[in-house]
Amino acid sequence: MTVILEMRSLSAGYGTRNVLDNVNFKVFENDFIGVIGPNGGGKTTLLKVILGVLKPTGGELIMGDGIDKSTIGYLPQISTGDNSFPLSVLDVVLSGLMIHKSPGTRFSADEKRRAGDLLEELGLKEYSRSQLKELSGGQLQRVFLARAIIGNPRLLLLDEPGSFVDTAFEKSFHDKLKELNGKMTILMVSHDIGTISAHVKSFACVNGSLHYHPSSEITNEQLRAYRCPIQLITHGEVPHTVLKNH
Amino acid sequence: MDILGYDFMTNALLGALFAAITAGLAGTYIVSRRMVFLGGGITHASFGGIGIGYFFGFNPIVGASLFGVASALCVEYLSVRQKIREDSAIGILWALGMATGIIFIYLTPGYAPDLMGYLFGSLLTISTGDIVALGVLSLVLISYFTVFYRTLMYISYDETYARTYSSSVSIFKYITTALVALAVVLNIRMAGIILVLSLLTIPPNIAMIFTSSYLKIIIGSIIVGFAGTVTGLVISYFINIPTGATIVFVLALIWIISKLLRGWVEKRW
Ligand SMILES: Nc1ncnc2c1ncn2[C@@H]1O[C@H](COP(=O)(O)OP(=O)(O)OP(=O)(O)O)[C@@H](O)[C@H]1O
Ligand SMILES: [Mg+2]
Repeated sequence: MTVILEMRSLSAGYGTRNVLDNVNFKVFENDFIGVIGPNGGGKTTLLKVILGVLKPTGGELIMGDGIDKSTIGYLPQISTGDNSFPLSVLDVVLSGLMIHKSPGTRFSADEKRRAGDLLEELGLKEYSRSQLKELSGGQLQRVFLARAIIGNPRLLLLDEPGSFVDTAFEKSFHDKLKELNGKMTILMVSHDIGTISAHVKSFACVNGSLHYHPSSEITNEQLRAYRCPIQLITHGEVPHTVLKNH
Repeated sequence: MDILGYDFMTNALLGALFAAITAGLAGTYIVSRRMVFLGGGITHASFGGIGIGYFFGFNPIVGASLFGVASALCVEYLSVRQKIREDSAIGILWALGMATGIIFIYLTPGYAPDLMGYLFGSLLTISTGDIVALGVLSLVLISYFTVFYRTLMYISYDETYARTYSSSVSIFKYITTALVALAVVLNIRMAGIILVLSLLTIPPNIAMIFTSSYLKIIIGSIIVGFAGTVTGLVISYFINIPTGATIVFVLALIWIISKLLRGWVEKRW
C-alpha cells in the first residue's frame, strides 16, 4: 500500500505549548480514517499541520509522491469567511480551484459547469447565484464541502462535516462520501457515530498523542487504552460495528 | 460648454475621472473588507507627511504618500503579528500623524500656502503633476485588479482559507494596502483630508444597493463616482461654493435617493 503521508515523532502547538507530542502516523492511500478525540485534543491542529498552515515544532512531516497543497482538499470546522462579502455561492465553490490557477487566468465554462454540478449533487442547485448570507448553516457547510472537493484532491481533510447534516440530506451525504473514498483518501474528524460508522476503515485517536487503529471496529476498552475518553454523538440507529461493548 | 474652454476645467475633468477610478477600486476593497476605519487612519496619518513637507520644503503630497503608505503597512503588520488590536493601532497612528503635521506646520516659518487645499481639497487648482500621478495610479490599479481579480477577492473574503492554498497571502495584502493608501493620499488633492474618505466609501455603498457582485460594485462605483464628482464640480463652479464639499454632498444625496428608490421598488414588486 502506498503511504501518502507520514509523521515521524512530530510535535506541534501554539506559542510555547505543544498540543501534539511525538506523533508517529502513516496515512495509506484510499484509507478512510475517522479522527476522534476529546474537545481540545488536537484534531484540528493535526489537520492544520497536514495543510502546512501550522509548522511542526519538532519531528518530520513527509509527504508522499505528488502530495502537496494542490492535491489536498479541506473543509474547516468553523468558517472564517465574511458571509456578507459580495460573493456568490458559485464563486466560493470555484475558489477551491485557486491552487491550480496562476494569477490572471480565468475559470473556464467547463470549470463553472463542474461547480454547478457539484452544487446540484449537494442539493443547492437553486442557490448557486445566491449570496452566502442567504444560506443556512447546514447549507453553508455543504458549499464548503463542494469547495473542498472540486479540485479532485488525493487527500481530503474534513473537520466535522456531519455537524450540520439533517436527516433529509444524510443519505446523499453518505453516498457522496462513499463515492469520494473510491477516488481519494479521507481523514474525517467527527463526533457523530452515524457518519463515522457508515464509512471509516480505521481510526486515529487524537488526544495530545495519536493512536492509529487499523480497523473499523473499536471497543470502549481500546478507546480507553488510546486515551480517547470520547463521547460520540448518536443520532438514528447506532450500528454495532463501532463502540462494541464487551 | 464654455467652461470646457478653460485649461483648469480640462484638468479638473481628468482629475475627476482618475479620482473616480482610483477611489472606486480602492473604495470597493476597503468597504467590502470592512476597513473603512483604516482608510480614515491613513488619511489623517498622512497629514504628518504634509507638515514635514512644508517644513523641509518639498512637495507635501510626497510626504503624505510616504506617511500614508508607511502607516497602512504598519497597521497590517501589527495586526498580522497580533501585537496590538488593529483598531487601536489605527487610532494611535491617526492622532500621531495629525500631531506631527500640526507641530511641523506651526514650526514652518511664514505662511503655509494652500494649507486649506489639503484640508478641504482644491479640485479647481489641481496641478498637472497631480493629474499625472493619479493617472498613473489609475493604470496601475486597473492592471493590478484585472490580473489578480479572483486572488484579491478570495483573500478579502476569507484570508484564513486562502492561506491553506497560497503562501503569498501576506504579500498580496501588503501590496494592496500600499496601493489603497496611495489612492487615499492622491485623492486628498480632490476632496481634502477631511472629506476624502467619503469619496472612497460612498460610491461602493451606492453600487451595493443595486448589486452584490464584486465586479459590478467596482464598475458601479467608478461610474457613480465620476458622475457625482462632475456634477459637484459643475454646481460648485456655477454657484461658487467649495468643490470638495459639494462633491461629497452630491454623492451622499445620490446614496439617499438610491436607498429610497430601492425601498420603493421592493415595496411595489
Ligand atoms: N490558534 C490557537 N492559538 C492558541 N491555542 C490554540 C489555537 N487553536 C487551538 N489551540 C489550543 O490547542 C488545543 C487543541 O485544539 P484543537 O482545535 O486542535 O482541538 P480539537 O481536537 O480540534 O477540538 P474540538 O473537538 O473542540 O474541535 C486546544 O487546547 C486549544 O486551546
Ligand atoms: Mg477541532
